[in-house]
Amino acid sequence: MTLLYILAFVLLCIALNQLFRVFELSRDLRGEQLYKTHDSDNRFNGRGMLLFMFAFFAFFLWQIDSYYYRILPKSASEHGYKIDALLNANYALVVLVFFVVNGFLFFFAWKYHGTKDRKAEYILHNNKLEMLWTTVPAIALAFIIIFGLKYWNEIMKRNNDPNPLKIELYAKQFDWTARYAGKDDQFGIDDYMQINGGNPVGLDTNDIRCNDDILVKNEFHLPVNKEIVFSFRSRDIIHSAFMPHFRAQMNCVPGQITSFRFKPVITTAEMRKDPHVQRNINEINAIRAKKGEDPIEFDYLVLCNKICGASHYNMQMKIVVESEADYNAWLAKQKTFKAIAQK
Amino acid sequence: MEHHTHAAVIEGHNLHDHAHAHDHHEHHQTFVQKYVFSMDHKVISRQFLITAVVMAVLAMVMSIIFRLQLAWPGEKFAFIETLMGKKWGKDGILDPNAYLALITIHGTIMVFFVLTGGLSGTFANLLIPYQIGARDMASGFLNMLSYWFFFASSIVMVSSLFIEDGPASAGWTIYPPLSALPEAIPGSKLGMTMWLISMALFVVSSLLGGLNYIITIINLRTKGMKMTRLPLTMWALLITAILGVLSFPVLFSAVLLLIFDRSMGTSFYLSDIYIGGRPMEQVGGSPILFEHLFWFLGHPEVYIVLLPALGITSEIIATNSRKPIFGYRAMIGSMLAIGFLSFIVWGHHMFMTGMNPFLGSVFVFTTLLIAIPSAVKAFNYITTLWKGNIQYTPAMLFSIGLVSSFITGGVTGIILADSTLDITIHDTYFVVAHFHIVMGLSAIFGMFAGVYHWFPKMFLRMMNKKLGYLHFWVTFIGAYGVFFPQHFLGMAGVPRRYYTNSNFPLFDNQIDINEFCTYMAIFAAFGQTIFLINFFYSIFRGEKAPQNPWNSNTLEWTSPMAHVHGNWPGALPEVHRWPYDYSKPGHEHDFVPQTVPLGPDEHDGGEH
Repeated sequence: MTLLYILAFVLLCIALNQLFRVFELSRDLRGEQLYKTHDSDNRFNGRGMLLFMFAFFAFFLWQIDSYYYRILPKSASEHGYKIDALLNANYALVVLVFFVVNGFLFFFAWKYHGTKDRKAEYILHNNKLEMLWTTVPAIALAFIIIFGLKYWNEIMKRNNDPNPLKIELYAKQFDWTARYAGKDDQFGIDDYMQINGGNPVGLDTNDIRCNDDILVKNEFHLPVNKEIVFSFRSRDIIHSAFMPHFRAQMNCVPGQITSFRFKPVITTAEMRKDPHVQRNINEINAIRAKKGEDPIEFDYLVLCNKICGASHYNMQMKIVVESEADYNAWLAKQKTFKAIAQK
Repeated sequence: MEHHTHAAVIEGHNLHDHAHAHDHHEHHQTFVQKYVFSMDHKVISRQFLITAVVMAVLAMVMSIIFRLQLAWPGEKFAFIETLMGKKWGKDGILDPNAYLALITIHGTIMVFFVLTGGLSGTFANLLIPYQIGARDMASGFLNMLSYWFFFASSIVMVSSLFIEDGPASAGWTIYPPLSALPEAIPGSKLGMTMWLISMALFVVSSLLGGLNYIITIINLRTKGMKMTRLPLTMWALLITAILGVLSFPVLFSAVLLLIFDRSMGTSFYLSDIYIGGRPMEQVGGSPILFEHLFWFLGHPEVYIVLLPALGITSEIIATNSRKPIFGYRAMIGSMLAIGFLSFIVWGHHMFMTGMNPFLGSVFVFTTLLIAIPSAVKAFNYITTLWKGNIQYTPAMLFSIGLVSSFITGGVTGIILADSTLDITIHDTYFVVAHFHIVMGLSAIFGMFAGVYHWFPKMFLRMMNKKLGYLHFWVTFIGAYGVFFPQHFLGMAGVPRRYYTNSNFPLFDNQIDINEFCTYMAIFAAFGQTIFLINFFYSIFRGEKAPQNPWNSNTLEWTSPMAHVHGNWPGALPEVHRWPYDYSKPGHEHDFVPQTVPLGPDEHDGGEH
């Protein structure tokens, strides 16, 4: 059988070879230069460019129409509204530039397709035009830079709320631990040399401030409308805490403490009622139903967003935003470091 | 070593003056001297190109495999087990570590081996001596070494695919500590060592090549070839080489320190790490240092990849619009500005590392400045088409494709450069879409354009035009089809480098976008087989190339359509004008080669 395949393949090669020979012979005999572009080629490809433009633009608009509800829902954090406003302004600008500049390109590519009876115009440059397309982008960019930096400084500013809630997110391959400061509202210092099964995040057992620190896994809770200062640590390699619904992200770097702060303004329960979110979740549940899986409800997540190994794609933790009272009740049920260590 | 270099330079000098003496030499060359360890720029450029084509096919096959995984996670594809073996593709399902290895090596090969070594190596070697009117490179010997270091580097990289623990898999940016700790990921064992060795060899190759390109362009220009008469390809390759010479040594130092950290117990990048059930002794280093060093190369690298492609298309668009390039001086100025700025923007890759927000602001500012010269370039291309008489060769199609992807991918850069906005889209598929379109597609389109355009100078034959058209349209539609929808994944918050995007419910419904991208990737890959058939068939059996198939002005088309040692059999051509006198009034043809003397009242276009 294998022999037959080989034989068939060899015969095919010979046949193709003969076919090409005939083609080459006739090409050389007729002496026509196949590489030359004729007016018909120019017309064909010129039209192709115009057609492509329409198809491309239509494809883009179709995607916007079909996917807009899948993009991140309204921001669940206060500063996120600024980011979204700026993002939308930027999208509007770049989409406009995308249409106009690509439009000119494809339109000219069609309009000026070559013909034998025409000669191109000898145009070297045009100072007015060049000034125009240097200064217009420069002015547009000035606005982008000014607003971008204004918001950047506001978001990264260090003292918004004099009395924020402190939470530490601790990353390791491949899970997250959240740490609350406990009753004394102070984190104890850490020491990676002391890491072991009873001390998973490497707290210094000699520091009594650590004793009331609360450590939680799998999910952690946030009170709504309260400024939260996150600090981030990593045990092994660089991870990144990405909380897309809160428009928050920060790398977790071993040997360093990084931070980010935001104020959640929409509880999980409220976000689940958002029509945008509901449409998305309904779609997901329809897919899950087909596969015979249970329906899900919307949840905020922290995802790992820096390549960290085999289970990188699965390194996540649930975030629950709730009223201050619910949050306090939840927190009271969690174990302190001391309780964990004594086990 | 120094002695050899010296001798080679002298030899280059001799070549310049005594071509005839060297014609005589040629008869004594053995096969090995002529085709293997050749010092002839034409042979070396072909060696670079063929190596790059092989590497590109490898990287493309990898991308198809991981795209299958992204579209149909958990689905069994029997050929994956056949290809990758039981360990990495058990039952035809890709292993998560193998997935990371594939994306890492795909990125490394595409960025370094295809679009740096392949693109610059091929076209700098082919075009520099031809377009400036030189017999060869300043040092043929260093040039030969440059290729063979590149070859050795490729061999090491490809061999790392076959070792037990698999190749490097920490992403092409190989951030430590992931890349430094063998306990963290299997790819950081021997695979990473080989990656680092391969890169060290690559840097050597790049430096030898780059120094040679700079020296040649500055010193060996023929009579009359003023800097303002250089084709834009030369300007682009010159600036590229300067960027490479200034930035690659920094990558080398980053790699070297990582080698120390991995094997000699130093702690440049390591601190406070607990892994594999024990704390490590290393304290005091910073992984962020590596990121600074890496991106100090990494960002200029983007332009090392892009500028040659922009240079190639400048030349092709002017030739095939039958019109002078619009704003020749502005084109040079914008390339210089891009080259300069590319050195002070690296921090925009690191907004989320916890760097000082003020430092972040500085990088926002410098990065957004790059948009200005980039916009100037895009507008100049478009205005070159305006009122032109466009000849649609396959090279011209790819050049227009480049301008489009440069615009489409460029505008999203404005969003990513803004640190405020980067908070929500950093490391998502939005980034993947952005850099694949602006850097990947643009550079590869430029490379294709260059291959179609200069194939006759390389192989003395023509490629098939109709297959070229088919290749372009399939590639153009397929490539946009793969990457454009990924913007929407990114806007939904889907992180990049995830083995599957639908393992947890949040992104379950995005699977249709992933399927679409994969179908398009397979479609585009089909387009590349058309290219490969056309390419290899035409090398041996394509129609014979005429002297100046595209009616072009530059010097390479005045040298005979034969591989002459020393490029021109007699005296070197003399240059009298800039290269863009297309459709100039008062001339019979719509092109005026650079060797035609200026008329009595004629001005040189480059002087404006």
